[in-house]
Amino acid sequence: MAELLELTVAEAAARIAATELSAEEYFAAWQAAAAGDQLNAYLYRVEHPVDHQAMDGPLGGIPVAVKDIFCTEGSPTTAGSRILEGYRPPYTATAVRRLDAAGARVLGKTNMDEFAMGSSNENSAYGPVLNPWDRGRVPGGSSGGSAAAVAGGLAPCAIGTDTGGSIRQPASLCGIVGLKPTYGAISRYGMIAFASSLDQCGPLTRDVTDAALMLAALEGRDPCDSTSVGIEGGIVTPSREDLKGLRFGVPGELARDSFEPGVRAVFEATLARIEELGGEVAEVALPSAEHGISAYYVIAPAEASSNLARYDGVRYGMRSEQAADLLEMYESTRAEGFGVEVKRRIMLGTYALSSGYYDAYYGQAQKVRTKIAEDFSTAFGAVDFVVTPTSPSVAFGLGEKTDDPLSMYLNDFFTVPMSLAGIPAISIPAGLAAPEGGGAELPVGFQIAAPAFAEQKLLEAAYALERAVGFAARPGGGDG
Amino acid sequence: MAENAHDLEAVIGLEIHVQLATRTKMFCGCELSFGDAPNLHTCPVCLAHPGVLPVVNEQAIRYALQIAAALECEVAPRSIFHRKNYFYPDSPKAYQISQYDIPIAGAGRLGDVRIHRAHLEEDAAKMVHVGESGRIHGSGASLVDFNRGGTPLVEIVTEPDLRGAAEAAEWARLLRETVRQLGVSDVNMEEGSLRVDANVSVRPAGSERLGTKTELKNMNSFRFLQRGVEAEIERQRELIAAGGTVEQETLHFDPASGSLTSLRSKEEAHDYRYFPEPDLVPVAPTEQMLREAREALPELPAARIERYVGMGLAADVAATLAADPATAEFFERTDAAAAGAESRTVANWVTGELAAALRQGDAEVTAAESKVEPEALAALVAMVQEKKISHGSGKAVLVVLVAEGGDPAAIVEREGLAQMSGEDGELEAIVAAAIAANPEAAEQIRAGNGKAIGAIVGAVMKETKGRADGGEVNRLIGEQLGT
Repeated sequence: MAELLELTVAEAAARIAATELSAEEYFAAWQAAAAGDQLNAYLYRVEHPVDHQAMDGPLGGIPVAVKDIFCTEGSPTTAGSRILEGYRPPYTATAVRRLDAAGARVLGKTNMDEFAMGSSNENSAYGPVLNPWDRGRVPGGSSGGSAAAVAGGLAPCAIGTDTGGSIRQPASLCGIVGLKPTYGAISRYGMIAFASSLDQCGPLTRDVTDAALMLAALEGRDPCDSTSVGIEGGIVTPSREDLKGLRFGVPGELARDSFEPGVRAVFEATLARIEELGGEVAEVALPSAEHGISAYYVIAPAEASSNLARYDGVRYGMRSEQAADLLEMYESTRAEGFGVEVKRRIMLGTYALSSGYYDAYYGQAQKVRTKIAEDFSTAFGAVDFVVTPTSPSVAFGLGEKTDDPLSMYLNDFFTVPMSLAGIPAISIPAGLAAPEGGGAELPVGFQIAAPAFAEQKLLEAAYALERAVGFAARPGGGDG
Repeated sequence: MAENAHDLEAVIGLEIHVQLATRTKMFCGCELSFGDAPNLHTCPVCLAHPGVLPVVNEQAIRYALQIAAALECEVAPRSIFHRKNYFYPDSPKAYQISQYDIPIAGAGRLGDVRIHRAHLEEDAAKMVHVGESGRIHGSGASLVDFNRGGTPLVEIVTEPDLRGAAEAAEWARLLRETVRQLGVSDVNMEEGSLRVDANVSVRPAGSERLGTKTELKNMNSFRFLQRGVEAEIERQRELIAAGGTVEQETLHFDPASGSLTSLRSKEEAHDYRYFPEPDLVPVAPTEQMLREAREALPELPAARIERYVGMGLAADVAATLAADPATAEFFERTDAAAAGAESRTVANWVTGELAAALRQGDAEVTAAESKVEPEALAALVAMVQEKKISHGSGKAVLVVLVAEGGDPAAIVEREGLAQMSGEDGELEAIVAAAIAANPEAAEQIRAGNGKAIGAIVGAVMKETKGRADGGEVNRLIGEQLGT
């Protein structure tokens, strides 16, 4: 049975399609694995046998761990928040429906930072997720449960959402592949909104091929999401073996001392691999990128303050018992239902949109956003990809940054600019490095960003690089 | 400085919410309804479940473009939606999706009033407060019916071009008629598919500067609109005349008591924290959509009134006809068939004699629905004009036409209503008999009292059953009495 769990999604799907492997047996093996979750990766697991009818398709018989931010009809969906405790949606998210149509089945719902706000998964109302490489460390966030499940052998693949790095950063910290597609590539319908102009669904997988397989199933225009367009031409399995003729831009603004020495060493080594494969490494300018975090922490909270206003206790989810009138019902429900980080961002966002402050904050942040998008446009005139480390550090310790929100926000320094520009970016595991304070080596992610809707090209390059890097380390599951 | 109340001129602008009669809601596929069981027409989108997204109703865009065309508004090539944030149970998302700085329709005009803008938005759900007061304060519980939530609305905002309460109500009627004839809304004020708010201020007559305005909310009939605005103008005039100043506030007019109560002051105004709705893309109507909206326009009341006045109709008759396209159409067909008669005369028959005959009939039908064919009415008008029958006989024939339809000439024949001419001497004999039967009246006429002629004319008309021509009767009486 353990052998079954070693198969990649592509391998398992091929064997199931060839009837060399029973979909029932494969799914049951993963159900058993998921049941052994010691990472708090799952908030809900599908324990009954699933309907294996109509499981034909490119993902036929594949179990998928789904971040608890996607609505799944009739089964619990909390977005990691107390305020949605007991909520069972009356409908299913388009992304999940598309996976289902491709033959995949939901294995369970994964833990996450409350409403996707966080970089460590410590903001979940249902407890933190532990990093399978070192259970004293965080898995990253906000899709921490999805990343830990895939890295920890609790799911063959997962989907998550990325608003400012929430797929790429946990993928990096857990040593797996995480892809944030172009904004608009995958429908957001049924994906609980955090920051609507930034949120995007994407896969977390063991390798690039699996990411491509999942993206192929997920992408597409959805009549229920006016901002979705899909990817023209679709996605095929990547096969490129070299990087000849491709130019990789390293932002000149990337201060090499802004990230850990171990991360820097892996980053430099990966650049060398690119050159070995025939790729060219050049410097590019992204002069506005350094303002990305500031702009992001205005725009995302502003949209969140509006998106989260619907959780008022009137129609579904939690309702405070403490209320004497309508205003008290709103106030108590939200005071009891939301966690500290969510409240912080609602207040930030409400302030940023207030009459008299809008231009100075939200308006200004949108201008920065436009500048960053223009920076990337200009850069892509000279190079094919922009590359950075995914995260400034390897996985940090539980509780290490919870008292310092700004330090926590800086985790997104390398991932936020791509979100603001709406372009695709992938994090692939590139090596191991010891944390700054010493200890066992931990995974380091390498981020590659491409122009909007150039996912196929991005996946081809990531595939070639992945083969060359040959990252084969697996978490030992130590407890710190 | 106190001013004389009557030197103060009223300045009024209107904001009109029109519920569009699309099949489905503004941002989801739920059917529109009025009067169905509560919360029957809801879905995850209009109940604002987590994760849902709005999708713009294309029919609502088309209807808004028709309204824009009817009001001669400039259409924005790319208009955008904003979120208007506020907490209240009638707003399940806690924001209303509305248009803000770039509405679908900009400057336009209807009649003498300039349109400032018209924009698309969604209606709120309906709240029912349980308890005697019927308002949220003091009620034991509040219920929300989401059937109405998400109904497409077009909000039309005028420039402050109106100068009186009656004028405001009259213009609002023209707007309602215009929107009704577009077929894009039921425009029923009692059911709330047309809702009018008024912005009212006063200023010294002749001044260019606007005074501080107040907003009167939701008057649910034209009569209440007029009375509410009248009351508010009066209140502001008295306030200023007494040396006071008008405070910017939102007022509720209670038609039962005629009183105005403050809903909220400027200080209590919401900060709606508007920002562009990230879930929607801009509305960019295609050339074809714009063309179709223009081509779908019927001739609207304002244009029809203008054309009819040009044909010589009195303004009030023209307005009466224009308010009902089917009757206007009936008039035009009659006018075309009545070659010899002036349009003005035909119009007067349609809005006067025919309307009266229809009112007398059993069923409530309009001219167009009645058994009276336009050609029949035209023939009847011609017979009266050519003095083949008297005007009174004409009215009698109309009553028969309303009841049975048919050819007026045949009815005249059948009922023996043909006008008596003076030629065969029959009328002369009847006049002579009437004079003989009314010697006192005859005496008075000879003495110069012209009014006394009525008694003799009446007697002749009675004898002839109205078939005699009044002018001819008068002439014969004068001839026989030597006056």
